[in-house]
Amino acid sequence: MTLAEKILARASGVPYVKPGDVVEPRVDLAMSHENAALVLHQFHEIFKGLAFEPQLWDPSKVAIIFDHRVPAESPKTASNQKRVREFASWQAISKFHDIRGDTGGICHQVLPENGYVRPGQVVVGTDSHTTSHGALGALAFGIGATEMASVWSLGRALNVEVPATIKVVVSGKFKPFVGPKDLILHLIGKITAQGANFKVLEFHGPTIRTMSTSGRLVLCNMSVEAGATAGIVPADAETARYLKEEAGVTEALDLVSPDADATYEAVIEIDASGLEPQIACPHTVDNVKPITAVAGKPIHQVVIGSCTNGRLDDLEVAAKIIRGKKVSSGTRMLVFPASGRIYRQALGKGYLGAFVQAGAVVMNPGCGPCLGVHEGALGDGEVALSTTNRNFKGRMGNPNSEVYLCSPAVAAASALKGVITDPREDH
Amino acid sequence: MESVFSGPVYVVRDNIDTDQIIPAQYLNLVPTIPEEYEKLGAYALCGLPESLYSMRYVDSGELDSRYPIVVAGRNFGCGSSREHAPIALGSAGCKVVLAESFARIFFRNSVATGELYPCECVDRLCDVLKTGDVVKVDLDATTVTAQNLGKVWKFKALGDVRPVVDAGGLFNYARKTGMIPK
Repeated sequence: MTLAEKILARASGVPYVKPGDVVEPRVDLAMSHENAALVLHQFHEIFKGLAFEPQLWDPSKVAIIFDHRVPAESPKTASNQKRVREFASWQAISKFHDIRGDTGGICHQVLPENGYVRPGQVVVGTDSHTTSHGALGALAFGIGATEMASVWSLGRALNVEVPATIKVVVSGKFKPFVGPKDLILHLIGKITAQGANFKVLEFHGPTIRTMSTSGRLVLCNMSVEAGATAGIVPADAETARYLKEEAGVTEALDLVSPDADATYEAVIEIDASGLEPQIACPHTVDNVKPITAVAGKPIHQVVIGSCTNGRLDDLEVAAKIIRGKKVSSGTRMLVFPASGRIYRQALGKGYLGAFVQAGAVVMNPGCGPCLGVHEGALGDGEVALSTTNRNFKGRMGNPNSEVYLCSPAVAAASALKGVITDPREDH
Repeated sequence: MESVFSGPVYVVRDNIDTDQIIPAQYLNLVPTIPEEYEKLGAYALCGLPESLYSMRYVDSGELDSRYPIVVAGRNFGCGSSREHAPIALGSAGCKVVLAESFARIFFRNSVATGELYPCECVDRLCDVLKTGDVVKVDLDATTVTAQNLGKVWKFKALGDVRPVVDAGGLFNYARKTGMIPK
């Protein structure tokens, strides 16, 4: 069995599954953000007219992290957050992360860095980028609020069709200033925005084996942009190192692997050594071009951060390029560390100071401009270059603007010039 | 249970993402509150660019659409997990989306909420039909008929999905089948 099949079989209490089988796996972790307000409404619907109080199946397996609109931008959002906060307190949800500088952050960073996600788990989240957590060898996928309400009450996901798996084998060493973001953009461009729809992308090869968990999170995070149900990296020594050293996990881990004779629907081989920096052009994530095709394009706003590229190594690359220089006068640069922990680490290492001195604005951890409802909106006709994961029309709050997606290195080099710039030019 | 839907279609192209179906600014509307559910309908497909879609799905100032059937190309509903996407369409009066293919989460959300029937049609209807053409969708026969064009197309049977949407979503289905005690 592939890794996804193996995890689903185990979680469903059956010896074997194959693509197309319908299973009801038990859930190890159920994550929501502000949309827990909606889940909560649906959860109460289930219990309407029944003689007992709504009760979570297991509060220790529910995580709620505020990140989409933090701090609240409106009374409506603040009131939704208040209801969820009261619910979390009433149900004693220990994995509730409020708006705080120490323990808060973006859900897809808070979960891994706290060791909530383990290899072999089934993780569901009311967020499409829940695919991120496949980086730790878990099967993680997005669901809607109604489905989450049923998970909250049953502890199982209903009617899950076992997806077929596409094996992605990556070999070769990245060139300088080329990395995981360029790899996943290249893959999405190659297979299109629906190339993996209803399927799992399972990542293999020497390039993946030597990649940090941070890089693997980028690959799995954006797997959904190819339509994938999940992206997954089989757990290995790096997974164990990350969970032990960075997430403080002390329990024994089950580093579950796919079977050697697993059946894959397709195998895609990529040589990473041939990759140039990649850019996803407006308005679809699969409209991917090498940087040479769009270099020189004027940009009004640069965004570095998000669940895709807001981790310490991302900020490090950007800070090295920015340090001692100035952001171009016609360009705004916004930096969003992915969590409070990363914010403090980046502060300690002097990255945030380098950004601010260069003229960038360092914002609090959260989704920020990536979903365009909170801060960092674009003006009519403006162009953004962003390390986030979506460039849909209107994504940054204005349908009359454009968003290009890139790596932190490209974003930082471009902020200095005010135009899309190849980071290899001056460095 | 209604199994035949007739009326004018609204035609969109490939990769209609959830930000175009319902922009993120409206996501703090809670659909289980009736007046907020109604409001969501007013914004259905409002993220479609005016330059490509001069005829709007919902006219300005209205809460409902004139088009009970949406015809789309590939990967309809890609992007976010927001359940507001099928809910906004359903609230506006959409009963059926006929697409060449759907993004997974949108498809499942359509079923879980029971807001609309997501029907997959191998024929690329978005190239053949134009907004305002009248069709008849028959869920039992799994056919789409455009009488004025003299054409009939088949779509993929909804299978296990159908009774859930028929019941009005996951919870109503669970009540009906005894999973949630009455």
